[in-house]
Amino acid sequence: MMKKYSVINTPIHNIDGIAKITGRAEYAFDIKLPHMLYGKILRSPYPHAKILKINTKKAEGLTGVKAVVTGKDTLGIKQGIWRRFKELCDEEILARSKVRYIGEPVAAVAAVDEDTAEEALDLIEVEYESLPGVFGPLEAIKQGAPQLHEHAERNINVTRHIEWGDVDEGFKKADHVREDWFRCSSQHHVCMETHNAVASFTPDKKLTVWTSTQSHYYIQVLLSWVLGLRENDVRVISRYTGGGFGSKFELDSAQFCSSLLSMKLFKPVKIILTREEEFMATKRRTPMFYYLRTGVKKDGTFLAKEGRVFTEGGAYTSMGATALYLTGFFQAFPYVWPSYRYDGYRVYTNTAPTSAMRGFGAPQATFCAETQIDLIANDLGIDPIKIRRKNAMYPGYEVPGQATIQSCGLSQCLDKIEKWIKSQGKLPPNRGIGIAAYGFMSGGIFNWFDTPYAFSSAVIQVKIDGKVDLYIGSQDMGQGSNTTMTMICAEELGVQVEDIRLHMGDTESCPVDLGAWGSRETLMQGNAVKMAAAKAKQQIIEYAAAKLSPNIVYDLDIKDRWVHLIARPERGLSYYDVVKEAIRGKDGQPIIARGHYTPHRKGMISPAYSFGVQAVDAEVDPDTGKITLKNCVTAHDCGQVINPLGVKGQLEGAMAMAAGYGFTEDLPMDEGKILNPNLVDYKVLRATEMPETKVIEVETYEPEGPFGAKEAGEGLTNPTAGALGNAVFHATGLSIKNLPITPEKVLEALKEKKKEEKK
Amino acid sequence: MEKQLLRITVNNEYHELYVKPKRLLVEVLRDELELTGTKRGCNTGACCACTVLLNGVTVKSCSILAMQADGTEVTTVEGLAEGGKLSPIQRSFLDHGAYQCGFCTSGMLISATALINEKPSPTKKQIKEAIHGNICRCTGYNSIIRAIKAVAEGKYKEEE
Repeated sequence: MMKKYSVINTPIHNIDGIAKITGRAEYAFDIKLPHMLYGKILRSPYPHAKILKINTKKAEGLTGVKAVVTGKDTLGIKQGIWRRFKELCDEEILARSKVRYIGEPVAAVAAVDEDTAEEALDLIEVEYESLPGVFGPLEAIKQGAPQLHEHAERNINVTRHIEWGDVDEGFKKADHVREDWFRCSSQHHVCMETHNAVASFTPDKKLTVWTSTQSHYYIQVLLSWVLGLRENDVRVISRYTGGGFGSKFELDSAQFCSSLLSMKLFKPVKIILTREEEFMATKRRTPMFYYLRTGVKKDGTFLAKEGRVFTEGGAYTSMGATALYLTGFFQAFPYVWPSYRYDGYRVYTNTAPTSAMRGFGAPQATFCAETQIDLIANDLGIDPIKIRRKNAMYPGYEVPGQATIQSCGLSQCLDKIEKWIKSQGKLPPNRGIGIAAYGFMSGGIFNWFDTPYAFSSAVIQVKIDGKVDLYIGSQDMGQGSNTTMTMICAEELGVQVEDIRLHMGDTESCPVDLGAWGSRETLMQGNAVKMAAAKAKQQIIEYAAAKLSPNIVYDLDIKDRWVHLIARPERGLSYYDVVKEAIRGKDGQPIIARGHYTPHRKGMISPAYSFGVQAVDAEVDPDTGKITLKNCVTAHDCGQVINPLGVKGQLEGAMAMAAGYGFTEDLPMDEGKILNPNLVDYKVLRATEMPETKVIEVETYEPEGPFGAKEAGEGLTNPTAGALGNAVFHATGLSIKNLPITPEKVLEALKEKKKEEKK
Repeated sequence: MEKQLLRITVNNEYHELYVKPKRLLVEVLRDELELTGTKRGCNTGACCACTVLLNGVTVKSCSILAMQADGTEVTTVEGLAEGGKLSPIQRSFLDHGAYQCGFCTSGMLISATALINEKPSPTKKQIKEAIHGNICRCTGYNSIIRAIKAVAEGKYKEEE
């Protein structure tokens, strides 16, 4: 018997590993071109102001300064990633008449070095007329609040409504109804590589941009649009990306400022955002105010849920419109709700725009939903696992009007976590285990970008020595998609990982893929790669069949570089020999094949969903309010695991980021000014704060995914804040509905509780 | 200000170059010596992406002037593998998937190397403390801790 898979489900070194551990991986951050200049960006110090005048004379006169650009040097296009909807394209690349948040780009300078460019920024004279600002969505939506955009009355940017079943009837039938308000904070991606770009415009009117991105295709299209260039005269190169997490698939200021300056100077210009700029002026996780009303039967059966959310949009739309939809959809996940009604309002505020971040609206939804479920379970005296099991989604379940769930290992995940919790026995005082269940999409099916291309494409070329050139458009930002795609290609074609040479990160040579966001790559790019590999394999098999002349009812396959009859594996030929002959037989042409994937008739959200349950074991110090994470155990269904080493890394990393969201990370502001724009005051988790982590795989087969695979790694950002909050609840009896769960909030709640008890 | 003569040995190669007194060590390494394996993540000494060895001790190369390194021996990530042969720490990082985007990896490898040089058998707590300053936003650290632990347990002894 041959092993089912020779490559899939084997832990494999990341194919970029050697480059990364020897310091040879060249990020855009490292690019240096001959005669390269350095740029800096002047940003608004006001949260809301009119620009009356900009005088750049003094700056231009400084020795070493080569060019200054302002809004006057742009085409004045209002751009946005939701290209299908004109009113959602609301962001000028350099503000011409009005600024709407602190950090908005106003001008940019190119000079011989960074210090000179920085000095020149101080010499640019901008006359502002300060306008009253509005900083929270609940204030901004009020009648008479300062208005950011002429077209948006009461600052309403986008609204979303989702509804199924008879919600009012559901509440009538309910034995128990709970209402809760939650506040979900912001979070910054904190990619270790800050946003940066090197742009080089040449006299033949062609622009090349090296940058750190999650989608070279999006950046190519958006840059060509705002700069008035032909789409394919813009080449975007991004071989390595030092972290993305949702922050790097919209156009950023390093990209367009370096391009504008280079187009003026015909010289390469490099801009690297400082960590402070990164915090102040790149996008961030959307803060949300959530109202939830939920009705259940005495036995814990879910009947009706109503959710209303107001999100702090910041000054522009960016990807926030998608977050508004997804938070509404995932609010009802991963359970069966006979009736559900959701109304979301994204509200413009004079703060840095909020957008996509790992989990994309779902971590906020999951925190609120899972916190409330534990409160309901507590009200009714039901075990938290049991109430979840009773209402869990199952294979074949249809979310009315929204989605069809195919593979779903949720109940197995609940079983595994229940077993682990039981194994822990009785916990010491002030210690609690909280759980949260979650699910996530495997790539979005929506096309607000309005691409005319397939969502994912791949091209394969097999050379005379059997080496396979695989061209993909997806972007590896550390999540390991390069390795995943290489493995899928090798498995399908029947060769080994060493036989594949991957080409990615360059719009000039790679086919279009929409990029690495919404957990798209494994399923969508993976399907395209698998299709291309299957077609290439078919060509090789045809030659082998001619040679082996089997009974034509027999099928052939390739495995471990052996082209053979499936029924009689010993009858076969070496892959290398067949390839050589096949190419000769094709009049010397290499074997070329293409694959593509676009979801059709897969509902409103995604072709497939991951599921999981996480348990967080935490200790609360009643004197200081300090939370210490002890254990974090996750049972996870990502379909067929492709690379176990990669999945484990993704899950642990997501947990660390999500725990940060739960109790350490926040972006406090004063009138639109972020108060902690540095890595000393913004607290990401450190190695010493990491709990023991354990990952339990629950394998399912997803019919829509390549080899049965689906999302892994992003969805795991969803449960941790909720599970952590529930752990605190079980340890102390305190339910904190306001993220992050800081020691101050814990102490405050403890004080309140004591007061209540005295009464 | 006038440039000054910097004499520095980096990865066993001796260099003499003239640098402005305000230049940081990381700038000289990256821009003058083109050793771009060393990264910068914060410029405030808070992330340790720029960590290098200076006479065998870890320093944040963004927090020290190049001239302060005059006459010293510096090791960067490019100096860990010799003659194409990966160091034990590097091999272990590879096996344990102890990196993802790779941007913090150079600093992390240097911190780990310094730890193992100083304490060949560190405890898990000592490992965590040794990399406490190094921010990694991708891995959640545990794979890195496992990788260092494996080296400490002698699983990556240099082949004879």
